[in-house]
Amino acid sequence: MIERLDYEEVGFISGLEVHQQLLTAEKLFCRCPAGLYTTTHDGEILRHMRPTLSELGEYDGTALMEFKTKKEILYLLNRLNVCTYEMDDTPPFLVNQDAIDIAIELCLSMNMDIIDEVHIARKQYLDGSIPTGFQRTAIVAVNGWMPFKGRRLTVTHVSIEEDSCREVSDKGHRIVFRTDRLGTPLTETVTGAELRTPQEVREAITLCGLIARSTGRVRTGLGAARQDINVSVRGGRRVEIKGVPRAAYSVKLTHNEAIRQVNLLKLRDVLRGRGLDSPENVHMHSKDLSDICSFEALGFGRGATGDNRIYGVRIEGARELAQHPTQPGKSFLDELSGRIRVIACLDESPIILCGDTLPDFQDMPEMQRRMREKLGAKDRDDVFLVCGPQTDCLTAAEEIRLRFCDATDGIPMETRQALSGGLTTFERILPGPDRMYPDTDLPPTQIMPERIEESRRQLRPLPWEREKRYGSWRVPLETTHFLIRRGGAEIVDAIVEKTGADGLVAAIEIGQRVRAMKRAGIPIQRLDTEKWIEVFDLYTDGLIPREGIRTVAARMATEPELSARQAAGAEGINLQGAEKWNSEVETLIDGAVDAVASGADGRLTRLITGKATAMLSGKAAAKDVALYVRQRLLEGRA
Amino acid sequence: MSIPMSERTDRFQGYEGKSKEALEKHGIGVWSEVEIINDAGSSFVGVVLPRSETYDDLHIVVKLFNGYNIGIAASRIVSARETGYRKAVYKIPEKDFPYDPKNKNVTLLGTGGTIASRLDYRTGAVIPAFTPGELYGAVPELADIANLNTRKLFGVFSENMGPEQYKVLAVEIGKEIEKGVDGIVIGHGTDVMHHSGAILSFMVQDSPVPIVLVGSQRSSDRPSSDAALNLRNAVRTAAYSDIAEVLLCMFGPTSDTYDLLHRGTRCRKMHSSYRSTFRTIGATPLAAVHVDKNEKGSYFEYITDDFLRRDKSRKPIINNAFEEMVTIQYYYPNFKPDIIDSLSDLGYRGLVIAGTGLGHVNKPLYPALRRAIEKGMTVVMTVQTIWGYAQMYVYDTGRDLLNMGIIPLDNMLPETAYMKLCWVLGQTDDPETIRRMMLKSINHEITPREPHNGYLILQGGLPEVDEFVCRHLK
Repeated sequence: MIERLDYEEVGFISGLEVHQQLLTAEKLFCRCPAGLYTTTHDGEILRHMRPTLSELGEYDGTALMEFKTKKEILYLLNRLNVCTYEMDDTPPFLVNQDAIDIAIELCLSMNMDIIDEVHIARKQYLDGSIPTGFQRTAIVAVNGWMPFKGRRLTVTHVSIEEDSCREVSDKGHRIVFRTDRLGTPLTETVTGAELRTPQEVREAITLCGLIARSTGRVRTGLGAARQDINVSVRGGRRVEIKGVPRAAYSVKLTHNEAIRQVNLLKLRDVLRGRGLDSPENVHMHSKDLSDICSFEALGFGRGATGDNRIYGVRIEGARELAQHPTQPGKSFLDELSGRIRVIACLDESPIILCGDTLPDFQDMPEMQRRMREKLGAKDRDDVFLVCGPQTDCLTAAEEIRLRFCDATDGIPMETRQALSGGLTTFERILPGPDRMYPDTDLPPTQIMPERIEESRRQLRPLPWEREKRYGSWRVPLETTHFLIRRGGAEIVDAIVEKTGADGLVAAIEIGQRVRAMKRAGIPIQRLDTEKWIEVFDLYTDGLIPREGIRTVAARMATEPELSARQAAGAEGINLQGAEKWNSEVETLIDGAVDAVASGADGRLTRLITGKATAMLSGKAAAKDVALYVRQRLLEGRA
Repeated sequence: MSIPMSERTDRFQGYEGKSKEALEKHGIGVWSEVEIINDAGSSFVGVVLPRSETYDDLHIVVKLFNGYNIGIAASRIVSARETGYRKAVYKIPEKDFPYDPKNKNVTLLGTGGTIASRLDYRTGAVIPAFTPGELYGAVPELADIANLNTRKLFGVFSENMGPEQYKVLAVEIGKEIEKGVDGIVIGHGTDVMHHSGAILSFMVQDSPVPIVLVGSQRSSDRPSSDAALNLRNAVRTAAYSDIAEVLLCMFGPTSDTYDLLHRGTRCRKMHSSYRSTFRTIGATPLAAVHVDKNEKGSYFEYITDDFLRRDKSRKPIINNAFEEMVTIQYYYPNFKPDIIDSLSDLGYRGLVIAGTGLGHVNKPLYPALRRAIEKGMTVVMTVQTIWGYAQMYVYDTGRDLLNMGIIPLDNMLPETAYMKLCWVLGQTDDPETIRRMMLKSINHEITPREPHNGYLILQGGLPEVDEFVCRHLK
């Protein structure tokens, strides 16, 4: 059940960061093949990440968080798709110029100003998703827009960057990545924070996808396009929801995030009411409670084996606050749990227990009493339990304190991970701009005006231009979007231009019939533009009827060596002039005149037409046959 | 605090021609916080950075406040205004290195490599961290290992290390030893680290304590850098290991697991960029260093016990002789004799040949070599295969070369041979003495025996090799 929310009232605002893989043969900074995914590996490397201090002597918040996790990072290598560059044992090679060309085309589609001299920067990531510890990224264009619901949606900038590794597993202090995807060229399109409702978010994502697909030069398939969505409400802060794979998911995700933020602002007010109005007033105490708590009874299945301890964490004045709602169906306890899972690396359920919601068992009340007593908990205090190695428990206690500190302020700036079902969970502290610095390994790239003009000349039709044109042919919008997304629009345009075929016919055949053929298992994708033009030439020359198009195409798909003409012949399709087939229909009509006399007209017409069409399949167009039969029957009766 | 434009001495740092004119015209300069508008109406808000000399004079570099750098064509700037001015001051706040009297004392001598650094994210500059306080800030684990004292001797890029620097280093090492340190670490660029390892092995003999060269293959500003691990292990080696020799301390595998300690005379950089590039040639490393103790309670895993042991009472022999007129020539088919004649005419006193096979060059060179030797040049032979011995008595070619007085250097590495020849020729010009000194191994630069595991170049692609590699961390 979706909670209602007045987006305007709460000041919902959202912006997108759309990541799109580019269709290049090679990766961005090395010559490995792009888009080649493997599930096996023939080498493994172990690495650690250390944050670099800023000159102010401070660590960037995200970097510090990642360092606290003290993760061992394992990279799986397959020599088919990685070289020593991905391993971070070789400096980058000169940037892939194809990727730059595609990026320029994409930027021109969005009316952008291309940067004169592109400089590559390093954006630090310490979660291990990139072996160097930073992503190479560069702004390629600024100051653009796309037409959106009668207004202009700002495109702040587009950057080109390398894709990261794929996570294989993340358990405790060890995280494992696969390196096949690393280095694939991506563009990142950043829109202004101008989307006003979750529905607009979805539409904007769809539009960005259409623009990218219109270029015909982006990768398709699962994971080739990913969205990060920024959401904030009035009085709150920007939260980034990372890795949204489909536009459809964005509605629930952004809606639920808005609710979470509104609830956190309410929680802040409750905290203030209790005097917890700043981090200085949040007081935490923690103690090892292993001797008075039962691992099994509490559900800590990992048990007292090894170095696991149970720690109690008391927050003064926080009674019942953990139950405060956040996302629909979730509470503040889940906020604490998310932090502990990521930063303290305690990821086995239950991650955290709240003193007030312990599982029910016989000695539970007594255990609760002893717990609170040992921690010195007053009635107004709340007590939490965590379980794991001692150092991790102490980290968890500190994270509980920090999260309460953040709660006194309202909404912490976070990156959250999208989960199925429309909810999100903590992924990392939102990094600031203070983690970028120039990549001195590579020289800058000057983009010459001639290069931009050349791209502009080659620019393919934009989505809104096609929507208008196809719309004038009365093609349904959904079909137009399908054609743009799947590349059929290129074929349709070529058919219309080269054969003079009716646009609607071309769009329906390519945009709808082809889908049905694919579902029926016909390898129709084997037909390229040239082949389709052959088929439609037969149609516009009057040699095959409308119904014949799909038959001929299907035959060419299953027997690729046949030309369109040969395929038509093989299917027995050969349109003949009316004088040739009229006489065949006469026989049918003569034999049915009696039935006409009996008055069963409509059915008779349909009966004869059906028989005639079947008899004449490929030789005559169905609509011509129907007309002829009708006329003859009318004459016959008169 | 803003400084008037006219008083800014670095206002045009790196900018020439059109780009400099644009800065002048619009009243902005380097370190100006600006808003620039171009002819498409795009607005850029950020800091103007200095321009690198190797780039053109047509663009102005701005670090936007969102973190990215961009280059704006000077010709496209329509308007610009300065909204602030903050000159970059590259100073890291001092933190005191926590000294513990119970800890060993190690001195870190800096030659130029950046073993630790900080970042000025506002301008993107990498600031070397070098004083004990700065190092402590960057690698706090050092305080648990030893008390650190640092001295910057010079700041040169690897390629500029040379005789001047070697001489200074040798003397300074001597001074530190006299002060009674427990060990010495030398921060060094990696390109010619093995050259320094070799020359210091000759210039500083009988050291009472470890002398450890250390660097990083990936710059220390990166999260993935090998710098921190190398530095920690180098300091630990200097403070605690039993090996009182000139050592190189760099990654074993390319994974972040342990470092290897290589003897300075038999170590070579074997790959242009891998973290695991340094290898001992024709022998095994001396030890591995780990961050955790093993079952025996030691951080060190000694691979051999054939090394000079730590002994505070021993006095080092510092001898920083160095003859500069020495060269290495890498033989190749079509190597013309006139090169040898030219070298001789130019006054070169020493020639190290990296010969083919067992130490060979072709016949046309013989007369030129003979002439050079008669004129007083010392010619020595090493093998360009890097591994293996020069055994010139096996073939006629080699025997002819021996007869004309070329000194065969067995399995001495070409770079080590170069350094030793410079050191020896810096002390004498008597051919007998030269020959004797070159052939007498001071520290394993020539070894009498090559063990079967001294040459282990596994060939990738072979099933058994790939299977082995797959089972271990690279």
